[in-house]
Amino acid sequence: MRRQLEGSRAIAEAVARCRPQVVPAYPITPQTHIVEAIGAMVRNGSLAGCEFLTVESEFAAMSAAIGASAAGARAYTATASQGLLYMAEALFNASGLGLPIVLTVANRAVGAPINIWNDQSDSMSQRDCGWVQLYAADNQAAVDLHVVAFALAEELSVPVMVCVDGFVLTHAFEPLEVPEQDAVDAFLPPYAPRQVLDVDDPVAIGAMVGPEAFTEVRYLSHYQLSQALTAYPQLCDGWQRPLSMVDAYRVDGADTVVVTLGSVSGTVKEVADEFGNVGVVTLTMFRPFPYAEVRKALGAAKRVIVLERALAPGAGGIVSADVRAALSGTLAEVSTVVAGLGGRAVTRAALRRLVADAMSGWLGERLVFLDLRDDLVEQQIDRMRQRRASGPHALGLLRDAGIPGSRIG
Amino acid sequence: MAVQSVKFYQVGSRAVGNRLLEEALRTEQASPARRNALNSGHRACQGCGEALGARYVLDAAVRATGGKLLAVNATGCLEVFSTPYPESSWQLPWLHSLFANAPSVASGVAAALKAQGRDDVRVLAQGGDGGTVDIGLACLSGMFERNDDVLYVCYDNEAYMNTGVQRSGSTPPFARTATTEATGPEPGAPIGQGKDLPRIALAHEIPYVATATVAELHDLEAKVERAMTMRGARYLHVLVPCPLGWGSAPADTVRLARLAQRSGLFPVFEASHGEITAVLPIRSRVPVAEYLRPQRRYAHLFAEPPRIDLLERIQAIADRNIGRYGLQEA
Amino acid sequence: MSDEYVFQVRFHGRGGQGVVTSAELLSVAAFLDGREAQAFPSFGSERMGAPVMAFCRIADVPIRVREPVTQPDAVVVADATLLHHVQLFAGLGLEGYALINSARSWDELGLAEMARRHYLERLATIPATDIARRHTGRPLPNACLLGALAGLTHVVSIDALERAVRERFTGAVADGNVAAARAAYDYLGSAAHA
Repeated sequence: MRRQLEGSRAIAEAVARCRPQVVPAYPITPQTHIVEAIGAMVRNGSLAGCEFLTVESEFAAMSAAIGASAAGARAYTATASQGLLYMAEALFNASGLGLPIVLTVANRAVGAPINIWNDQSDSMSQRDCGWVQLYAADNQAAVDLHVVAFALAEELSVPVMVCVDGFVLTHAFEPLEVPEQDAVDAFLPPYAPRQVLDVDDPVAIGAMVGPEAFTEVRYLSHYQLSQALTAYPQLCDGWQRPLSMVDAYRVDGADTVVVTLGSVSGTVKEVADEFGNVGVVTLTMFRPFPYAEVRKALGAAKRVIVLERALAPGAGGIVSADVRAALSGTLAEVSTVVAGLGGRAVTRAALRRLVADAMSGWLGERLVFLDLRDDLVEQQIDRMRQRRASGPHALGLLRDAGIPGSRIG
Repeated sequence: MAVQSVKFYQVGSRAVGNRLLEEALRTEQASPARRNALNSGHRACQGCGEALGARYVLDAAVRATGGKLLAVNATGCLEVFSTPYPESSWQLPWLHSLFANAPSVASGVAAALKAQGRDDVRVLAQGGDGGTVDIGLACLSGMFERNDDVLYVCYDNEAYMNTGVQRSGSTPPFARTATTEATGPEPGAPIGQGKDLPRIALAHEIPYVATATVAELHDLEAKVERAMTMRGARYLHVLVPCPLGWGSAPADTVRLARLAQRSGLFPVFEASHGEITAVLPIRSRVPVAEYLRPQRRYAHLFAEPPRIDLLERIQAIADRNIGRYGLQEA
Repeated sequence: MSDEYVFQVRFHGRGGQGVVTSAELLSVAAFLDGREAQAFPSFGSERMGAPVMAFCRIADVPIRVREPVTQPDAVVVADATLLHHVQLFAGLGLEGYALINSARSWDELGLAEMARRHYLERLATIPATDIARRHTGRPLPNACLLGALAGLTHVVSIDALERAVRERFTGAVADGNVAAARAAYDYLGSAAHA
């Protein structure tokens, strides 16, 4: 049944239908509505057979999920930004132990400077932690991806993080369908772990592995994670709505194609429609990276604009590096455009100018920051040249930008 | 030849021999049927107090739970020497995750058992002082305040041993470690620092807090058994001498543990919901020097000239404990 | 989809006045009317009293764009103290609608200049806080303002708005909010009000 509801609420309901057995919860903006909703459902009995733990940190949340999963329970938690980083050690531990935990990341910028708004710095910073990473382009996808995530995780024995743009999706009301319980039950069988803590069949989980076997263990992790490239489409085939790994929109005959992840895709498609000869490729799966599918989707494009929602300081783009690798050997020109950091809106106006610049050949293979306030950065760079000082750039910028926050009195 | 049965009256740890006692009075370690949860073949140092303590605790816990016990282990000596890949010394279901999270992982395991309706299976979490008192404290406190159904056991050898004997929040005053060398006007670990984890556990008012040592086997087993009759958050802090880190003779491990208790420096007690309910009285008290002298980590106190001033300050701590806990029988 | 096919509303207020809820309820009402709708906030940490914006788009085709509403067809101001401090009407076209929660008239609020450039019948003030207090006992103007917006623009039906309010609130609170919304709807649907 189609309903108009908040993204977070829809995600919570979808997760609840997956019958999680242990949900450790620690609050962080903008994920709070998700864990609050799940907590309420446990409390009022609509989510039965689930232990809801209010833990003392995100590190504790992922750790409790690890214990629960190893003991044979379906485990789920949600976090964002600083919280994801605080549980970073545990993320690697979970994937190394092959535990099928599902995590929602309500994508938010990472400080310093502290910023609660949306970009993808958090999940991108953990792209190598051995988890499957799926990015939702809208809230219907967010709902569906969570159900598929549990199935995928348990099929492969690999944890899965579902990335949902904070505020932009989590706090947005839009029409969608939350799948019914029987549909989810038919799609997602009860958790049947390969290896579990069992008094009748004791095993030791978490041994140290030395040089003689570590390489092989890591190779197998890489191999197993890569199986998602085939397992995910197979699972999606059995789901009630179409879900793509790499969505190709208007790419046929398009010389210029924009590649992106997450909710900004909708805005980009609007602009693509205006131009008529611009394609949009939206990645749902980022890890493992679907090289073959990306290469196929970008096939004949001459100019590829990778619209990034994060930044690798000192290097440039993150997604564009993988896209370039996917396109190696082709003649496509790939530009890296960093957009919407820390919640700055990605507007149609800015995208129109960007596409026009690309088509006129002005963009080239440069690193561009969309909507950058050149005046502000130039003043600050000037100041830095004149005076040797340490400290955050934010202070200097705030003064120039005319925001009184940096001044006292 | 006539058989004459002999009754032995001293039945505590100084008994003539565990196996000569009536069966009901014997420790679990005396039983050939014990689980031997930490089997031989592990790579611990000769005389390792932690290996001893872990075997004592887990065998008692396995018996108390009818074999239905899951163990969660923090990173540290115990985890490292017991699971050299591809072997494991553990004869029970065992999970090692990270250094800082054993209490949280155990909370998760307990929650899973509850969700699955498997109330009969119990959870024990264990770690060294580093993983418990320092890096694991936030997780431990969380487990305590939620009253999660976990018995947490800390094996305290008073430093980060596996990484080369560095100071922890449990390192006692003036003890030498690699990061608190015995040099300068106040050699060794600074006095006035450190955490008393048993008292922090008391402050959480959890159902059961106890301290014990590897010198008093009956006492230690009884505490594990008592803890396992209860539900909710429980904490057991066990002093486990480390020959390597303490610079003591491997054969002295049990003796040093006993001296620690007899000196008053390691009070042995039980508590319920924040109130002390019992103490192990000091039958014949020893001055702290007798306990410290056999340990090279205190050698600088006994050099020429001896640091009587520092010994007096340590003695004052022991005196305070004896008064505070009522350790000496009136 | 170009902007002519979508009706965009921007709500302004302060934290705690129900601005975000207003946008959400409007989107639910539009959905119940069988249309496509999107609502989302632009705000920061939980803090009472800070300026807050929320947006709602209503159309008859799926809405894909997600940027903030910079060219609103309607602006709703829940707190008149924001006037002259924040650019509340930025991007509002000359045919746009504007609704302010106030007992004073447009002129009395110092907006006569703006009134002259716009269509008078599309500008309104309404003492929503007072009406809300009368019907619900609480000074939360959001349902009342939504009723007024429905009366002013007819972008949603009052029946759908009532259903949306009753989905979110229950009992006496719901009844009071519905009464306030209908009162505002009727008032705006009748005489001139700027």
